[in-house]
Amino acid sequence: MTDIPVKLTRTSGTLDHLIYVLRANPVTLLAFAMFAMIVLSAVFGPALVPYDPLQTDAKNALQAPSWAHWFGTDNVGRDVFSRVIVATRLDLAISVAAVALSFVLGSVLGATAGYWGGWLDIVLNRLLDTIMAFPLFVLAMGIVAALGNTIENIIYATAIINVPFYARLVRAEVNIRRNAGFVQAAKLTGNSDIRVLAMHIFPNALPPMMVQVSLNLGWAILNAAGLSFIGLGVRPPTPEWGIMVAEGANFIVSGEWWLAVFPGLWLMIAVFTFNLLGDGLRDIVDPRKRT
Amino acid sequence: MSAAAYSRLRAVAFRVAQSIPVVLGVVVISFLLTRALPGDPAAYFAGAAADAASIQEVREALGLDKPLLQQFLLYVTDLAHGDLGQSISSGRPVAVDLVSRLPASLELTLTALVLSCGLAIPLGILAATRPGSWVDHLCRVLVTAGVSLPTFFTGILLIYIFYYLLGVAPSPLGRLDFIYLAPDHVTGFYLIDAALTGDWETWRGAAKQLILPSTTLALFTLAPIARMTRAAMLTALSSDFIRTARAAGLSRGTVLYAYAFRNALLPVVTTLGMVFSFALGANVLVEKVFAWPGIGSYAVEALVVSDYAAVQGFVLAMALLFVALNLVIDLLYSVIDPRFGFAAK
Repeated sequence: MTDIPVKLTRTSGTLDHLIYVLRANPVTLLAFAMFAMIVLSAVFGPALVPYDPLQTDAKNALQAPSWAHWFGTDNVGRDVFSRVIVATRLDLAISVAAVALSFVLGSVLGATAGYWGGWLDIVLNRLLDTIMAFPLFVLAMGIVAALGNTIENIIYATAIINVPFYARLVRAEVNIRRNAGFVQAAKLTGNSDIRVLAMHIFPNALPPMMVQVSLNLGWAILNAAGLSFIGLGVRPPTPEWGIMVAEGANFIVSGEWWLAVFPGLWLMIAVFTFNLLGDGLRDIVDPRKRT
Repeated sequence: MSAAAYSRLRAVAFRVAQSIPVVLGVVVISFLLTRALPGDPAAYFAGAAADAASIQEVREALGLDKPLLQQFLLYVTDLAHGDLGQSISSGRPVAVDLVSRLPASLELTLTALVLSCGLAIPLGILAATRPGSWVDHLCRVLVTAGVSLPTFFTGILLIYIFYYLLGVAPSPLGRLDFIYLAPDHVTGFYLIDAALTGDWETWRGAAKQLILPSTTLALFTLAPIARMTRAAMLTALSSDFIRTARAAGLSRGTVLYAYAFRNALLPVVTTLGMVFSFALGANVLVEKVFAWPGIGSYAVEALVVSDYAAVQGFVLAMALLFVALNLVIDLLYSVIDPRFGFAAK
């Protein structure tokens, strides 16, 4: 009976803290609002946009932004606004899938290495060091080139280069707690190692992991857009921010700026949102680490 | 040799030795990347236009018909001789291509890094010494915006503003406008080569071409350096030894630079390692935007035509470059930190 009121005060304490942080830091509130907007346009975007993102219209090619075409039209007359909004889903899907993969893979690897240690730990550390010894974007290029030029491989490549961040974080968090009092208590009551690790130790690593996820999402979007900018993964005419900037780049020197600027701007806003969100989450999770 | 100098030398040797397993790991991964090709690797290396006979030839040349371990030994032997394979698109050895294009990339990356350190470190110091002032806010905005900027987008924006709208920048096509002749090859760095021959006309031309791409890259690397400088300076300035130094009546400059900055430099130099990783990756994108004839655009061209030997050679070369840069950074500690060599195991 006694643990119920304790739990209640704790939750409301967290909630109070959350409200306090959001009120003290309107930027974080703004980040949450922008995040909601991005998610909404990823979910409902394709249903809401005024034009078909693939519909060409030769006589309306290269129109400057106007009321009919908010972001103008591209070289074959497609509506840039519709393409930019529809692209949100693909860009977000690639980065969320990649981050989710590296989250799971990093958690499993890091938790095993941190809990049991030994040769497993040594091998994992060597492997992570080797991955980090590559400039990460270049490694992603190499992986996509080796596995084949598809969207799935962009996701795998982005996931692999992000695994070290998660694995190291989880390893450290698990390692400092593996002999903690609550862990020994849980073991004494007859829980198996795996159960103790998964249910008792790992949840402690979740708050810093969430911060990492948010910062990582922005970086994963940048990475995926960079790869498609150099012609990997997504193929035209699929609407995607990186490839739209790449196509628009050919028109920038003749002054048709809207082709490249709007998708680039959207990409920037998305990354900016995730970075702000990550900083805000860090303030909520660990107020001491503010910089 | 004094004991201090000896232990310092030993620590340096230890650090150099530590990079050997990393290099080995890098070689293993790049080997796996060349063999992980779905389907027949020999067909990929021979190129799209190859017939059965030339595919067989490539298979034998690469040893792809042998067991994996033997293939690896063959790969390492080739590497030791500087042989990265044959590029299909240029028809020359990949190593030759990379070496001839490397100076262009290095000139761009190093200029950008000098530029961003030159801006970010003073900015971080100013922001840390005047918290809450407009410099601090400017620093915070730059730092958050800087990491969110896709490099290729910044580059295109700069081209639009400075080339198309203002007309002050030269056309974004390579290292030198075609009205100039490339300076005689000494180092491969146009700025240095032109200065050596005293050809200031060409020097100005090369510098003009360099400004926009290096600014693009610098904007991207500015953020982490400024952020870390600010944080490290804040930590250093709030520590006890600074209070003591102030109480002892040392001048503001001495406290700030000889005491606080020197201590703050260690985390900043550590961040540089991560910044290099970003810069080398972003370099590829910037080179594509500005048609810069470095190894990044070489790799992009190779990717387009599925020139596998060239791409994997590029990945390996970049990784080795990065390992070398990290080694240099770690050795910088021995210059900055007088405790170096005593703490090392």
